[in-house]
This record gives sequence, C-alpha cells and structure tokens, in this order.
Amino acid sequence: MESTKVLDAKGMACPMPIVKTKKSIQELNSGEVLEVHATDKGAKSDIAAWVKSGGHELLQDSEEDGVLKFWIKKA
Amino acid sequence: MSVKTITTNEIAKKVVNNEETTILDVRNTDEFDDWKIEGGKVDVINEPYFNLLDGIEDVEDKLGKDQEIIVVCAKGGSSQMVAEMFDEAGFTDVYSLEGGMKAWSEHLEPTKIADLTSGGSLYQFVRLGKGCLSYFIESDGEAAIVDANRMIGNYERFAEDKGVQIKHLIDTHLHADHISGGRGLAEKVGGTYNLPPKDATEVTFDYIPLEEGNDLVVGNTTVKVQPLYSPGHTIGSTSLIIDNQYLLTGDILFVKSIGRPDLAGKAEDWVGDLRNTLYKRYKELSDDLIVLPAHFSFSSELGEGGQVSARLGDLYEKNSGLQVEDEEKFRSMVTDNLPPQPNAYEEIRKTNMGKVTPDNEEQRDMEIGPNRCAVHG
Repeated sequence: MESTKVLDAKGMACPMPIVKTKKSIQELNSGEVLEVHATDKGAKSDIAAWVKSGGHELLQDSEEDGVLKFWIKKA
Repeated sequence: MSVKTITTNEIAKKVVNNEETTILDVRNTDEFDDWKIEGGKVDVINEPYFNLLDGIEDVEDKLGKDQEIIVVCAKGGSSQMVAEMFDEAGFTDVYSLEGGMKAWSEHLEPTKIADLTSGGSLYQFVRLGKGCLSYFIESDGEAAIVDANRMIGNYERFAEDKGVQIKHLIDTHLHADHISGGRGLAEKVGGTYNLPPKDATEVTFDYIPLEEGNDLVVGNTTVKVQPLYSPGHTIGSTSLIIDNQYLLTGDILFVKSIGRPDLAGKAEDWVGDLRNTLYKRYKELSDDLIVLPAHFSFSSELGEGGQVSARLGDLYEKNSGLQVEDEEKFRSMVTDNLPPQPNAYEEIRKTNMGKVTPDNEEQRDMEIGPNRCAVHG
C-alpha cells in the first residue's frame, strides 16, 4: 500500500509508538498516509483506539514475523 | 525526573484491607472494560494515555491535588509518563504501578483459611488480578499444593518460610485459563504430580492418577486429601475433601456461579455431568463442608482478608446456579449464556498437556485477562 511517510517504531515500548505516531501524523497533510512499523504487541489495540479517537482512518494493518504494520490516513 | 512507584504487593494489601484507593487506568477502553483492578474500596477511572498526550485537563478536574492517585497501564511505561504529567501539574501524591497489569495478573496473596483438626494448616493463595485460587496444605513438615499457578517461586518461598517440604502437586483438572505450575514445581522439588486421568489422555508426561480411592496424605499426622470424581467443567474434574471439613471444588462450583462445560469444546456432552455433580454428587455431602473453589469472578466474592469460601449448605440456598430445578432450563442456562472464552485458552490447554512449550514471556502474555471459567445463572 502507498504511504507518504514511514515511521519505524520497532523495539520501542509503550507509550513511545503512539507518541511518535502522533508526532508524525501532525507533520502530514489531511488525506496523506502514514505507515507505522512496531513490535510492541500492545500497539495493535492502542493504535486502533487512538486512530478512532483522533478521527483518522486505519486503512489496513498486518502482522508478519513479529512486526506490526499500520497504514493510517490523516483526517 | 522520576515519579514514585507502587508495587502490586502494596496494592494487594490495600484491596484486601478495604482501604480507599483511587486508580487512574490509562489503558485503552476495550482492555479496561475487559479487565481491571477491583475489590475493596477501589475506585477506578479510565482515560487512555493517548488522550492525555496534549494535556491532562480532561481528568484533572475529577481528582484532587493532594489525593493519592495510582496510575496503571498494561506494562508500566505509559503509567510512568502520565504520572510524571500529573506530578508536573502539581499533584503531590501520584504513583505509577510497577509492571502494570501484567505484573498485577501475577500477584499471589497468601491467606490462612484454618488450622486443621488433625494438625497442620490450610492456606489459600489468591491471584487477585486473574481470579485464580490455589491451595497450600501443610502438616508435619510436608506440603501439598492444589491448582498451583505458573509463578512457582511464590510457593517455594512460602514452603521455605514455613520450613516444609513440598511433596505433592495436584491439579483438580486440566486448566484452560492459566498455565499450571504443578508439573514444573513437582520436577523441581522431586514431588509427585497428580492429575485426573480422564483429563490427561493427551498429555506428554508421566503423572500420578488423581482418582477416588487414591487418598493422599500430608505429614505423619495424616491430613487426608480425598479425591471425589466430579465431572462437568472437564470430563476429569475431581474435587478434593480435606480433613473431612473442606471441599476443594476446582472449577465445578464457585461462590456466586458454577463452572462452564465448554472449554474443551464439549458443552453439549458435559452439561449432563455438570448437572449430576452439582445436583446429586455434591448434595450427598455434608452441608457443613466449606467450599473452596479454584476461581472467583467478582470482587464481591472476596471475604475478610481477601478469602474466598462458603458453606456448601449456604450455596444450595443462595448460588443461582444451584436453584434451577428444571433440567432443560439448566441445560440452556449453561450452554446459551456462555461468556467469551479465556484469552489463548486453546494454547494454554496445549501447554498444560506438554504439547507446546512457549517461552516465559509468551506464557505471561497468554495469561493476560480474566479467568472466565464460570457461567453465571
């Protein structure tokens, strides 16, 4: 999937994946897509919940070899 | 900068001593709704940490600046960040729970149930975070442990403190909600591992069959542990009568609910066994037996000092799962009303059978969340 920017949050523990994701989203324009890579298992439900509360859209997510990937479209 | 931290041990004391405790749980709301710290006079507020990144205004007003506030998250990272924000905002008595809910899930609180008439004592280990109950029977320098949790170091230290040798590890059934510590501890201390044979058809290790007639003895003064076949939660589920006074019901009968028959995928097959055990086998026993279950579901089931117990005769009057005279109604109650299964229950069963051996961190993750072994009538 196409993304405007990729954030590597692998190896980071909660709350850092969300803190970094939030910062990266702020640097994007509305409609652009941020791709996030994380290894903290808690990121899965937290990113989904954060995206919802911020009004953004989680386009897709995947899990491969322990790496969680998210594609978030900025509101 | 650093904030003050609090341990699971300190929170457990507050819960069982009914101290007023205010918790700010900053996990996401789905996780909070699923499972949280409860009991005693605990007051919990939920506000996910990601809603607080721009400031704590939304929750600030709900809390007093000099009030003790314990911030809790999944593993202890986010709670530390949020506690620091509160500290900077002028709150003076803020703590972060070390290790978060993951550590809370593993805390065991030992509490003495009684001195036994034949000598020795009976202790209940309350796993407050997950609702699991295990039992430690000691007499004459020996001990038996029933339904031991994965955190076996707790029992080893307890045995050492009491100066007793652990001889027998007993599981009332093959557990689906938590990983048994029985087999591992038996290997470590050179004790026996006892399991009902009907639950052990697929296990990959040697064990001693826990069956009626095979009484176990703890210490020379013979604290008798008598198995009583009581199927229904699993086909092998076996209760234990201790010292002719205490009935360890495993996951068959709880204080406010009854066991669910479906965690091995056989609700329809086992509901009849469950009915028979609860409405016939147990009824033939003395009303004065004290029921000691393997779980609790609600913090209201915690009695004085955190104990969970009830007189069998009282449960026949009050427990809603024991008041259903009509067999068809009972059948639909336990097969139609089933709550979601415990987290990772199939993997947990395989681990307890010895078929898979996840590493320690995976085992901790598998056990996250409530036990969910009961069905509420």
